[in-house]
Amino acid sequence: MNFLDFVFYSLASVAIVAALGVITLRNPVHSVLLLVLVFVTSSGLWILLEAEFLAIALVLVYVGAVMVLFLFVVMMLDINLDRMREGFWKWFPFGAILALIMTVEMSMVLMSKQFGPEAMQTPEYKSADYSNTKELGQLLYTEYVYAFELAAVILLVAMIAAIAITLRYRTDKKSSDARRQIAVSRDERLRVVSMTAEKKE
Amino acid sequence: MDSFQSLFEQLFGSEWGIPLFLLTKNLLLILAIIVPLLLAVAYLTFAERKIIAYMQVRVGPNRVTFFGIPWLGGWGQPIADAVKAIMKEIIIPTGANKFLFLLAPILAIAPALAAWAVVPFSPELVLADIDAALLYILAMTSLGVYGVIIAGWASNSKYAFLGAMRSAAQVISYELAMGFALVCVLMMSSSLNLGDIVAGQEGGSLLNWNMVPLFPMFLVYFISGVAETNRLPFDVAEGESEIVAGFHVDYSGMAFTIFFLAEYANMILVATLTSIMFLGGWLPPVDIAPFNLIPGMIWLLLKIALMLFFFLWFRATFPRYRYDQIMRLGWKVFIPITLIWIVLLGAVMQLPEAALQSFPLNLWF
Repeated sequence: MNFLDFVFYSLASVAIVAALGVITLRNPVHSVLLLVLVFVTSSGLWILLEAEFLAIALVLVYVGAVMVLFLFVVMMLDINLDRMREGFWKWFPFGAILALIMTVEMSMVLMSKQFGPEAMQTPEYKSADYSNTKELGQLLYTEYVYAFELAAVILLVAMIAAIAITLRYRTDKKSSDARRQIAVSRDERLRVVSMTAEKKE
Repeated sequence: MDSFQSLFEQLFGSEWGIPLFLLTKNLLLILAIIVPLLLAVAYLTFAERKIIAYMQVRVGPNRVTFFGIPWLGGWGQPIADAVKAIMKEIIIPTGANKFLFLLAPILAIAPALAAWAVVPFSPELVLADIDAALLYILAMTSLGVYGVIIAGWASNSKYAFLGAMRSAAQVISYELAMGFALVCVLMMSSSLNLGDIVAGQEGGSLLNWNMVPLFPMFLVYFISGVAETNRLPFDVAEGESEIVAGFHVDYSGMAFTIFFLAEYANMILVATLTSIMFLGGWLPPVDIAPFNLIPGMIWLLLKIALMLFFFLWFRATFPRYRYDQIMRLGWKVFIPITLIWIVLLGAVMQLPEAALQSFPLNLWF
């Protein structure tokens, strides 16, 4: 076992244990935090594969933004665990069948001829000045530019739709208009009244 | 260096010797960055108290000194504070989640220190000269919010929780504007490497710095940086007057001090990144005799000190923003400005070569 193997096995074992924790722990906040750990360790694995752009993007997007919002929501929800576990055995056969189908599908893909260890050559190690950010950018904006822009448009549509669904026009809310607050002048708020001084007894 | 490497190879064999040698070397280099950084953090607290005191026509801390030397009065204050914090008891509330309660300060300070790995101090002096440095910085700064959220939740207190919620929403909002401002920087330098970004601003004087063509982005980035570090006037996560002290209300002793250190380390980080990306890093303001003889690192430190002074100045000057005003500034002011500037910059970069070579565009492109 050399150093790279050691790093790989330690990261991989942490990822697997954490992933098991995500689905078995009782406290949903702990599950979310373990999911964060899974993301961080898998980004470490990707760095080991010299995919530093994807690894950093994984941390930036999933750990830095998505999981924060996830944590935010899970902390605010009042989840009753006992009620959630009530129907476990009733739904167990359904879930088991689903899991079985997914496992078969994945093994059919991964163990097929295209993905076997014989078909996939081990890529060569690149030198330290090789930038896969640049390579990825060049590929995305030339060869796959239509697919890339299509994905961007789909995301934009989804975002606008999500905002449109949750946007409610309420007339009874008392929000303040910052522009008008800033534009206020002294005369609107303050009135100096001149009055004759009263004499003290 | 070579003799050390061969020593490691003799001790651990050829397969393990080199990785362990690199690991040890990098650990020592990390220490060489972290120790001065923590000292700077300690003395930044002192500088803050002194500067704000002078702004408010007070004297500030002037008692603790070294060996009774009178003109060093006050300079021992950070050391005394540190000793006091270490001696104090860390109280863990009964209803708190003990593990997460103690994990939170660590999660707060770790990203603030980790981001320094890619910061270049001079053209040669950088720990990890990686190509995706800017992305790495963004990723690390976005991790800092976990410390705050977990601290707020694990304390099992409504004030701490409110502080955590506020902080999470605020940091995520301002991260967007921050990221878009940095997109402009990387468009200017067409590189994600911080050393290349500084090198791209070279050209003779401070007019070539990114600060000039990207002036609105400079303001957006710095103000977002102030918001990201939860400093005044954006410190609603703490909000002493409304929610006691926000997310760290239940922390005491060293656990509280770690949050404190993380905040100041983040301030120094934001000041450094602003200097590197907009103020030309280690480049002198004018590239003529007396200025360019001064080593680049001194210039970088001066620029960092200037940005940090702005942080302290803001704190002494502005009242705290109302929460909805913070959200409005982030979403309705900064993000539109950055989006417009990205389009504008892209359009300018597509101008014919002759136009880019003429004054004033030839200063930057």
